[in-house]
Amino acid sequence: MSSTTIPARRGPMAILARTGRMIMPAIVLFWLAMAFFGYWVAPYDPAGIQDADLFEGMSRKFWLGTDYFGRDMLSRIVAGARYTVGISLMATSLAVASGVLLGLAASAIGGFFDAAVSRFLDALISIPSKMFGLVLVAAFGASIPVLVMTLAVIYLPGCYRINRSVAVNVAALDFVAVARARGESTLYIMLREILPNMIGPVLADFGLRFIYVVLLLSSLSFLGLGVQPPQADWGSLVRENMPGLPYGAPAVIMPAIAIASLTIAVNLTIDSVFGRHTREGVR
Amino acid sequence: MEPLIDIRDLRIRARTAEGQDIEIVKGVSFSVRRGEVMGLIGESGSGKTTIALATMGYARYGCRIAGGTIRIGDIAVTSLDEKGLQQLRGQKIAYIAQSAAASFNPSRPIMAQVIESALIHGLMGEAAAREKAISLFRAMAIPQPETIGNRYPHQVSGGQLQRLMAAMALITDPDVVIFDEPTTALDVTTQIEVLKAFKEAIRDRNTTGIYVTHDLAVIAQIADSITVLRHGEVQEIATTSQLISNPRHEYSQKLLAAAEPALRPSPVTDRQARPLLRVSGMSAGYGLTGKDGMPAVPVLRDIDLTIGRGRALGVIGESGCGKSTLARVIAGLTPASRGTVTLDGIDLAPGIAGRSREQLREIQLVFQMADTALNPKVTIDEIIGRPLTFFFGMKGAARDRRVRELLDLTRLPATVQHRFPGDLSGGQKQRVNFARALAAQPKLLLCDEVTSALDTVVAAAILDLMAELRRELGLTTMFISHDLKTIRAICDDIMVLYSGRVVETMPAAALETGRHHPYAGLLLGSVPALRTDWLESTEAASLQVQGVPPALSSGGCAFFPRCTLAEPGRCNTEVPPFRDYPGGIGAACFRLAAE
Amino acid sequence: MNATIGRLLLTRLVAAILTLWFVATVVFVITNLLPGDVAQELLGQSATPEAVAGLRKALGLDLPPWQRYLEWLWKMVQGDAGRSLVNGSPVAALIGSRLGNSLILAGITALVAVPVALVLGITAAVHRGSVYDRVVGAGTVLAVSVPEFLVASAAVLVFAVQLRWVPALSQLGRLETVLDVVRTFALPVLTLTFVIVAQMARMTRAALVDVLSSSYIEMARLKGAGQARIVVWHALPNAIGPIANAIAFSLSFLLGGVIIVETIFNYPGIAKLMVDGVSTRDLPLVQACAMLFCGAYLLLVTMADVAAILANPRLRHR
Repeated sequence: MSSTTIPARRGPMAILARTGRMIMPAIVLFWLAMAFFGYWVAPYDPAGIQDADLFEGMSRKFWLGTDYFGRDMLSRIVAGARYTVGISLMATSLAVASGVLLGLAASAIGGFFDAAVSRFLDALISIPSKMFGLVLVAAFGASIPVLVMTLAVIYLPGCYRINRSVAVNVAALDFVAVARARGESTLYIMLREILPNMIGPVLADFGLRFIYVVLLLSSLSFLGLGVQPPQADWGSLVRENMPGLPYGAPAVIMPAIAIASLTIAVNLTIDSVFGRHTREGVR
Repeated sequence: MEPLIDIRDLRIRARTAEGQDIEIVKGVSFSVRRGEVMGLIGESGSGKTTIALATMGYARYGCRIAGGTIRIGDIAVTSLDEKGLQQLRGQKIAYIAQSAAASFNPSRPIMAQVIESALIHGLMGEAAAREKAISLFRAMAIPQPETIGNRYPHQVSGGQLQRLMAAMALITDPDVVIFDEPTTALDVTTQIEVLKAFKEAIRDRNTTGIYVTHDLAVIAQIADSITVLRHGEVQEIATTSQLISNPRHEYSQKLLAAAEPALRPSPVTDRQARPLLRVSGMSAGYGLTGKDGMPAVPVLRDIDLTIGRGRALGVIGESGCGKSTLARVIAGLTPASRGTVTLDGIDLAPGIAGRSREQLREIQLVFQMADTALNPKVTIDEIIGRPLTFFFGMKGAARDRRVRELLDLTRLPATVQHRFPGDLSGGQKQRVNFARALAAQPKLLLCDEVTSALDTVVAAAILDLMAELRRELGLTTMFISHDLKTIRAICDDIMVLYSGRVVETMPAAALETGRHHPYAGLLLGSVPALRTDWLESTEAASLQVQGVPPALSSGGCAFFPRCTLAEPGRCNTEVPPFRDYPGGIGAACFRLAAE
Repeated sequence: MNATIGRLLLTRLVAAILTLWFVATVVFVITNLLPGDVAQELLGQSATPEAVAGLRKALGLDLPPWQRYLEWLWKMVQGDAGRSLVNGSPVAALIGSRLGNSLILAGITALVAVPVALVLGITAAVHRGSVYDRVVGAGTVLAVSVPEFLVASAAVLVFAVQLRWVPALSQLGRLETVLDVVRTFALPVLTLTFVIVAQMARMTRAALVDVLSSSYIEMARLKGAGQARIVVWHALPNAIGPIANAIAFSLSFLLGGVIIVETIFNYPGIAKLMVDGVSTRDLPLVQACAMLFCGAYLLLVTMADVAAILANPRLRHR
């Protein structure tokens, strides 16, 4: 009985946590909306050079200052959401969908199929993600479809591992044995008995995986190996404005803060929806 | 005389996962005099362990003592600070937990842990503490008392660990000992030795104790008086003999009735009834199958059994004897590697894939844990309705009607139909479990420990349901359990498994009479009876040799290492053949054959 | 040491070597699936077919793929990673001149990060549920959610631009005084530490919370043991395996972290070398660097496995 109880939450932390619970999903939704409509709601043309100095500070006119060409940063960040959020979302969906499918199949079919897929993907995990990204980009270049595939491939093994372990745990439960003993098909068992019991962990994993993908994509772009000019995601925005760092230009920090706001918001949203324990043990 | 333990209006609150603050112990009061043992009995959720731990000023993570007073002698436990509590714990009052295997630190040798509290409290030097520990090991009849302390917990058997934990508690000569279900995790044949050791230690040291358990027969052996708890409230406090002979509270009466389940009359009294299920020469296990048809890790060997039409066979044995595997083999979930399974005269394929849908329908399995046997994401309607659609193609109104009939048959309210398993109580879930199996209209029902996870009163109701179903539907059943009392209540025949082999079969009526295989005899004699002098009068403990854990040896009788009657040179080299004896008993034993 | 442990350790070693071989194969396959022709790309569109054919032969591209693979693998085993496609110097020499710098950076970071992370993780676990625990928990969530280059640029902004304590770029070679060393390494080490401490502290906390909620800890408490004794004598010996795993796994984050940090601070290590190699599509260089990083990762993971095996009492005392 004690394992289901948690200590009392009172005081300012609780108020903070409660507000956080509302604000964080709002931030996530905001960036999602920007990914779709950002280009049209941007106050200025993201690519247009404005009547301004380079690396201007924050002002009434340019809320987040200007970049190394004198373009409006706010517009560039809002428009860049399309790449950062869009590419990450596609890559994550691809990785999670294939991870769930393979994990389900491995747990329901078992035997040689399970062993072969598990061995292969587990070996892939031993390539650090950034390294894997660099090798893939070195080989295939950095067009957007390649980036999506690259990110999906990098995170597929981790995704498979976690979904397989969730699926195997569900498959070991007696109600699955009952369905087997009844003579139900493997497909029925996968889709009707196991999958519905994986939804929670799958969604939590999707969120965490999305964070990793955003961070990796931003890192690649920051290194100049991700989204290529003239297109610019948030990582590219940091990169192209690095010369402004010695002047403390907001153009360097703001895109990085945009990334942080997205990842932190997703992170805390997962925490409040699924509880803190979901994260532990996720690689 | 002043009581040594005095608990007044104890209230304990806990915070649930949903963040609600609820009271789990609601104003409990009782007292225990020096040299007496108080039994706390109740079902899960009654708060008995929480109360016992509170006596040490301890509340588990998320719980807190919210009100009331606890006094041990002249110490007010409830007003002690952390420092004071540390001095109290292990010195004045000691704790014996349910699972010794989990309560010993795996990284430290046993001796260091046994003497730890003596050293923490500075009661004696290390050498003196070791010496005292060894004398306690002797008193507890632990084998190799001189050297066992050098071992690590995983190197020692469960029954021995439990007694080592008692030594650990007694090392400081505490005024009070808390026993928290200390024998629940043990097999019944091990439980009896541990109980004997505890009882002697309590008597020799005039220990004051609180003994927590859900088993009335166990507590009757140890306690002087008993507090009956339910939902965190005291129902009745009485002396042990008074409670078991004349319980006053209605709930106590229910507990008592459930502790000695009444025999449910069998609808088919003919032992020679036409066999429905026949298993012959069956072996099964895990891993690759060798040339001789034996798997790499055999769990069952050369099993023969028949169940007559309409009859109920009880399969009993300790954990790990292979009884659950037996049900899985018959259902086809674990394919047999050798031998045959015949249902109604037709040989069944070993695995599910080789059986027809009709054959699968005829055998239905009911699992132990209703929690894991019902898919939590599916409504009761779909759980029961699926076999109707799958086997009979039922849909729409016809299916709906049949589901309601099945709910009614299993005494479930129609309102549960569109609920999810999580909304139901444990007993209701187990009924749904049955309803699903019955939906297939099986000929044979395999029940694997179906009452073991339930509280005794709820389990008794499930037994009633089973008896009713047998009577109304003429179901043939195989009932697997580790608990002889439930098996006897419901079964016509009993089969005893030991280490993967059948050692004895008998009609239920032959339980109390007749001569038995030594293991079966030990098993029958180890089940505590509901009277206070059972532990003194039973001779079961002398029926087995101490030590060596059971192993499946192909070269002899598996019970040989524990058998006091064994004949070395024969029993450990040849597998004893199965033979029939008077009274309908069949057994595999050389000694029984020789007499 | 007993036979079981020996066998387990051997299994781990063999598994590590097999995995390294598998990784090598993956790296080779990926870098050879290139849709274009390396020789053509190097010489440009205007090159004569003869020149391209000559370069193909020189690079061994005319051989069948499996033969190239075996040759490449055999040379890798011997430590010969071929020549750079860009400047023609041996890859091994390029790496050799940079490896030391990266190791120093990683070593200093580990020295700073591991103790900090262990203290944070252990104290948070011990005071589970307290305000301190929640602050550490929130802090580490923030830290793992933030890209390394944000940390690095923020550090530069604060310490180099605003406070002018340290130079914005690391330049090795002027390491004459202790102050020079500190000034050179301060920002890169600070950035890397920030990133891996969070990861390591989280995992350490989780490992210890797990152990602290076990029955034998409750038993120790009920024997009257104090908090210090419970943590040091009872809990930590059982958490060594998971904590070693946490350390190794977090240190492997270093491998990713240095890529960003070396680039942003213009630090002459192998990660920078590799990033430059990727930009110029210098495949032999990329292959060699990738193998080096994967090897380091496998080494860390294997060491964690070994630590867990050696710390397991069930294996140690049979």
